Amino acid sequence: MNKILQGIAASNGISIAKAFRLENAELTVLKESISDVSTEIDRLQNALSLSRSELTTIQKQTQEKFSDQEAAIFSAHVLVLDDPELRAAITDTIQTQHVNAEYAVQEAANLYVSIFEAMDDPYMRERAADIRDVTKRILSHLLGVSIQTPEDITQEVVIIAEDLTPSHTVQLNPELIKGFVTDIGGPTSHSAILARTLEIPAVVGSKTAMAMIQNGEIIIVDGEAGKVIVNPDAETLAVYQEKQQAFAKQKAEWQLLANEPAITLDGHRVELAGNIGTPDDVENVLKNGGEAIGLFRTEFLYMGKEQFPTEDEQFEAYKSVLEQMNGSATIVRTLDIGGDKELPYLQLPHEANPFLGLRAIRLCLDHEEMFRTQLRALLRASIYGNLRIMFPMIATINEFRQAKELFLDVKQQLISERIEVSETIQLGIMVETPAVAILADVFAKEVDFFSIGSNDLIQYTMAADRMNEHVSYLYQPYNPSILRFIKMIIDAAHKEGKMVGMCGEMARDETAIPILLGMGLDEFSMSASSILRTRSQIQKLSKVTLENQIDHILSLSTADEVLHFIKSLDS
Amino acid sequence: MIKKQFVFSNGEGLHARPAAQLVAAATPFKSELSLEYKEKKVNLKSILGVMSLGVAGGSTITLIADGEDEIDAMNKLEELLRSEGAED
Repeated sequence: MNKILQGIAASNGISIAKAFRLENAELTVLKESISDVSTEIDRLQNALSLSRSELTTIQKQTQEKFSDQEAAIFSAHVLVLDDPELRAAITDTIQTQHVNAEYAVQEAANLYVSIFEAMDDPYMRERAADIRDVTKRILSHLLGVSIQTPEDITQEVVIIAEDLTPSHTVQLNPELIKGFVTDIGGPTSHSAILARTLEIPAVVGSKTAMAMIQNGEIIIVDGEAGKVIVNPDAETLAVYQEKQQAFAKQKAEWQLLANEPAITLDGHRVELAGNIGTPDDVENVLKNGGEAIGLFRTEFLYMGKEQFPTEDEQFEAYKSVLEQMNGSATIVRTLDIGGDKELPYLQLPHEANPFLGLRAIRLCLDHEEMFRTQLRALLRASIYGNLRIMFPMIATINEFRQAKELFLDVKQQLISERIEVSETIQLGIMVETPAVAILADVFAKEVDFFSIGSNDLIQYTMAADRMNEHVSYLYQPYNPSILRFIKMIIDAAHKEGKMVGMCGEMARDETAIPILLGMGLDEFSMSASSILRTRSQIQKLSKVTLENQIDHILSLSTADEVLHFIKSLDS
Repeated sequence: MIKKQFVFSNGEGLHARPAAQLVAAATPFKSELSLEYKEKKVNLKSILGVMSLGVAGGSTITLIADGEDEIDAMNKLEELLRSEGAED
């Protein structure tokens, strides 16, 4: 019998391989009395030195494979491991209480964990996690339990995990990791985005994978249907092997479209652009036939750091992207941080509703110096390509005006310093709030372009936290309420002769694409791996035919009705 | 024994990176080195101790060096703190 788990489709493709469970190691510590103190101290010393050599190896590998920045977390772990006070507290407990080393380690660590967890500063609170990590490592050696990391994997596997953390991801080797299945997370969670970047089939939010799947079982991951099949029978296996080959064949066919424009059957052309997070991502966008950059998330410049990035650092990054794009449109989104994304050096008050709080443009306007630095870097880089600047999370026209005024002020300043800047930089906004969608006609008169951020627009329209799996059913891109908003936005932009794009998940959704095309969306921006598939789909559609269906689609009542209607057009 | 006061003028206070640098600089010295902040005193060679103080930007800290190489130790730490924006 095939065991089938249904999760959320996170990254396309089929993979078939043995399961590898990424365990949260069971490190149960019992308090035991001991009589031989010196043996216990020796055990401790041994565990400490094993932990130390392990950490230095990981640190070195991370440094070679990634960067010093990513390796820094492991140097911090070494410092904690070497901490004389921590070591003294452990030894002291063993000597005075005559207890086992495991217990003494846990006691000492707990003390520090509780101190750090009680601190006001969120960055310091996170340090508690570092102490826990180090403690786990020491305990695993004392208990003789091995902690698994993706580094240990030596054959092709499908990873089964509760969730993947950023520190796991630096260790993932796409040549061996054929797919992954996680218990938690949604389509826009960290692991899902990572899977698409690495082009690994993945299913997230399966809820029961860790409970149902054993190591070594054969797993089929259907990243398109969000299905996981455990121990398939011969027949099922054959079906999926065929599907896998078909997918590979299709991918090869799509590759032939890399240099073709996205033109519908009736000759309507749209722009297919890529979403990027770092200058290194540009290469992949170009390889997959991306015609422009529809979204450059600049957060990476600010994250994983101890201080704000300098103007020069930012300038180099923007310049690199613009040069690589060689004159094609490049939309850079200004810093979209706050709420759930925190910066260690930017202390923000704790908010009860971070998604409704001080984030994105609100934060930038509140931290003017920080914002000016980014604008200066962008302006300086503008002469190297076709730069468009986009402000995130706009709710009122005044926010846009304020941002534009700052932009013009910074520009004037640069000109007075005799620094060359481009005169043709377009200024646009992300449409993510219902407030902007409703007032789109007013905004369209002042901005140069719109880019619809569908993930947030859906979240704010439905009033449903997209990170909360209990309300994930409300993530309904095909709900007519969302579609009517999008229609309003596109019509308003076109009335003023402005370009309108979309850079959220919806832009690469096979069901949404015909609707967006019919409504007249000009630019579709997505992760590099989806561009060719989308181009192939668009080449088979007719704009006029779809245009004639829009009124009917917008008159439907539910997302399901829309879905069924679109499916019926296919046949 | 030498005692010296510093004011942390940078807004960040004694965060992970400066704390780690301070601990790394202190560790090789033989002297007993400690850091006093808000009437709490910790071992300057202990990263957990130093970070647990939660020294905020703009606050005053006291360094205490006691031992055979106390002068060298204090010079070294002072140099480091100054480069991190501390004033005495």
